[in-house]
Amino acid sequence: MLNIFVVYVENKPGVLTRVASLFRRRAFNIDSLTVGRTEKPEVSRMTITVDTNPDQAKRIEANLYNLVNVLLVENITHEPAIARDLAMIKVAATHEARSHVLELASVFRARVVDVAPESLTIEITGGEDKIDGLLEVLRPYGVVEMVRTGIVAMRRGTTSAGANPAQTKTAELAADEGVSYSV
Amino acid sequence: MTKTGAQILWECLEREGVKHVFGYPGGAILPAYDALKHSDIHHILVRHEQGATHMADGYARASGEVGVAVATSGPGATNMVTGIATAMLDSSPIVCITGQVGSKLIGSDAFQETDITGITLPITKHNYLVTHADQLARVLREAFYVARSGRPGPVLVDITKDAQQSACEFDWEAARPQLPGYRPDLSPEESEYAQALELIHKAKRPLILAGHGIIVSGAMAEVLTLAEKAGIPVALTLLGLGAFPASHPLNLGMMGMHGEAWVNHAIQEADLLLALGMRFDDRVTGNLKTYAQDAKKIHIEIDPAEINKNVKVDVALVGDLREVLKELLPRVESVDHSDWLDSIDKLKGDSAVRDVQKLPDNGHLYAAHVINDLWRETRNSNTVVVTDVGQHQMWEAQYFKHEKARSLITSGGLGTMGFALPAAIGAKVARPEAEVWVIVGDGGFQMTMSELATIQQEKLKINIAIINNGFLGMVRQWQEFFYERNYEATPLLNPNFVKLAEAYGIRSMAVTERSQVLPSVRAARDHDGAVLIDFKVEQEDTVYPMVAAGASLNDMIRRPSPIVETATDE
Repeated sequence: MLNIFVVYVENKPGVLTRVASLFRRRAFNIDSLTVGRTEKPEVSRMTITVDTNPDQAKRIEANLYNLVNVLLVENITHEPAIARDLAMIKVAATHEARSHVLELASVFRARVVDVAPESLTIEITGGEDKIDGLLEVLRPYGVVEMVRTGIVAMRRGTTSAGANPAQTKTAELAADEGVSYSV
Repeated sequence: MTKTGAQILWECLEREGVKHVFGYPGGAILPAYDALKHSDIHHILVRHEQGATHMADGYARASGEVGVAVATSGPGATNMVTGIATAMLDSSPIVCITGQVGSKLIGSDAFQETDITGITLPITKHNYLVTHADQLARVLREAFYVARSGRPGPVLVDITKDAQQSACEFDWEAARPQLPGYRPDLSPEESEYAQALELIHKAKRPLILAGHGIIVSGAMAEVLTLAEKAGIPVALTLLGLGAFPASHPLNLGMMGMHGEAWVNHAIQEADLLLALGMRFDDRVTGNLKTYAQDAKKIHIEIDPAEINKNVKVDVALVGDLREVLKELLPRVESVDHSDWLDSIDKLKGDSAVRDVQKLPDNGHLYAAHVINDLWRETRNSNTVVVTDVGQHQMWEAQYFKHEKARSLITSGGLGTMGFALPAAIGAKVARPEAEVWVIVGDGGFQMTMSELATIQQEKLKINIAIINNGFLGMVRQWQEFFYERNYEATPLLNPNFVKLAEAYGIRSMAVTERSQVLPSVRAARDHDGAVLIDFKVEQEDTVYPMVAAGASLNDMIRRPSPIVETATDE
């Protein structure tokens, strides 16, 4: 099944290569990997998704910890979490198709971010299924170009903060990110 | 105090306790070499950078201290790759210092530029690129700390030429390691100890699998106490040899591909495997599907990434082996396993290792003779044997009985031919009082024999026994068993090793008969300089027993019966 790892690493040159190299070397197949800054300038945060079994997921966690620059690894697969993917989809939308495409975008709560004579570019954020769903219905109109960020994920806020330092850490980060919502 | 990066390098090494480094100069590391004159560190000039890494590795394995190798950028650094990978697979603490082109030239394909941190990323425990002198002290302190702590391993520090040349304020105290994510000091939960104890006390047919981790952790006394207190027999991995005295009644010997039949049978019949500092390598497990199916398994191991990697275990105690055993031992109850020990004893008659001393001497020379005679002759002295890789390595493991830790140094995980000669140099430098013997095949010897010059330049008393069968013996053996005796590319046309050694000023002799073995060994021991003995042994001798790659552990190729290739048949 798809395992979601949240990995905090030192924000230093080459750390992404170390993580990517580990997955290649141990033949763990990455489904998606995203990396970005956190509220602490010295810490970067990765969301890595891997299609694997529970035993191998534990090994991935242990191997990640063996990288000196890795600070914290959380497998949030079986925990209440919010997972989001962002996609931009450029659709060939000529005059007559345009209203249909706009309607579909609205049903999926997607936003139109660029309008050109021959195309519309739609931005959508959500779970992977939701984006797959929009893609499916847009395909007949002609998808000219598409880009997806890969999953970013976060544990949901806890009711008893402070029980687990790791959880507290994620909760603190989550608080900075603004509103949480469910689909 | 203001110092250049080059001066900081040597000062930090001294503060880390380094007395010897093995290296080879070149353009990008020259500032560092220039500053060496102000240091008390003894530099040993090697003949190839691969040799420098194996020497650092041999130094580390012989002493338990961090070994240091130095090389220049580009080819100097890439020549280190094999030695670094060897140290990685066998958890050997070494620090490799490489020069790098100036920081402004990085990425420009400058002369002798190579991305050595990129190249060594998967074969180092950690590595660094240092581009400013003011990073150097902290990085070096971290490098030594990472190399020697937790599961040890190689760390590479690549230092640009300008970082060596430029000066900065040097403050050792302020340059403390900053490793917020590094956790080498894990320890098990109380519940895990309780589970382990329950399994140990319930077991009827327990067996200790003793690995290299015992030696690395220094847990020999604790393992001995555990085995004796709980009455548990001990099987060893190749790198575990010496961790438990060979002469101890509970010692069964080496397990795995070329382990004695009774050891592998005992593993297959055990109801509890207590794996101590070993990693269930494919060379010791055979087919995982049929491996020790009736046994519960307890794994005591410092590296959490080894847990359930190859063999699924019932209880894992992750932590330093010695610390874990100290916690466990007072709670282990004395148990009588005499039925189990008796049943293993009955299998012992089924030995594949010939009782070589009983064979009549009819002129043939077998590797087993050489190694067994060598053992009998040197058994009462402080001997370190350094072996290469192949048949001679397995015969050494079978016929040389190791009583003490760090008395055998060999490349296990990577199986690096060419390891023995340079590693022995490192061992001798680390332990000058030890009697060092290199046991090496004629193939592997020729991979790194240029280091004979290093031996002479350093005036080292090292004894070299070439087990010369004119073949790449282990490959030939595989061709014999699995490729219909198609001896493709395995026969060797060798130089005259005696004359070769003479060219280096090394005393040498050739031995072709068994009666000459002991006299030649004695002559070598009596000589105060290096000695090379070319033992011309039977060409098509075979290591038995053998578990074919991927076969079940109890499915062993045995010596044909009646014995066809021993000295008794003419």
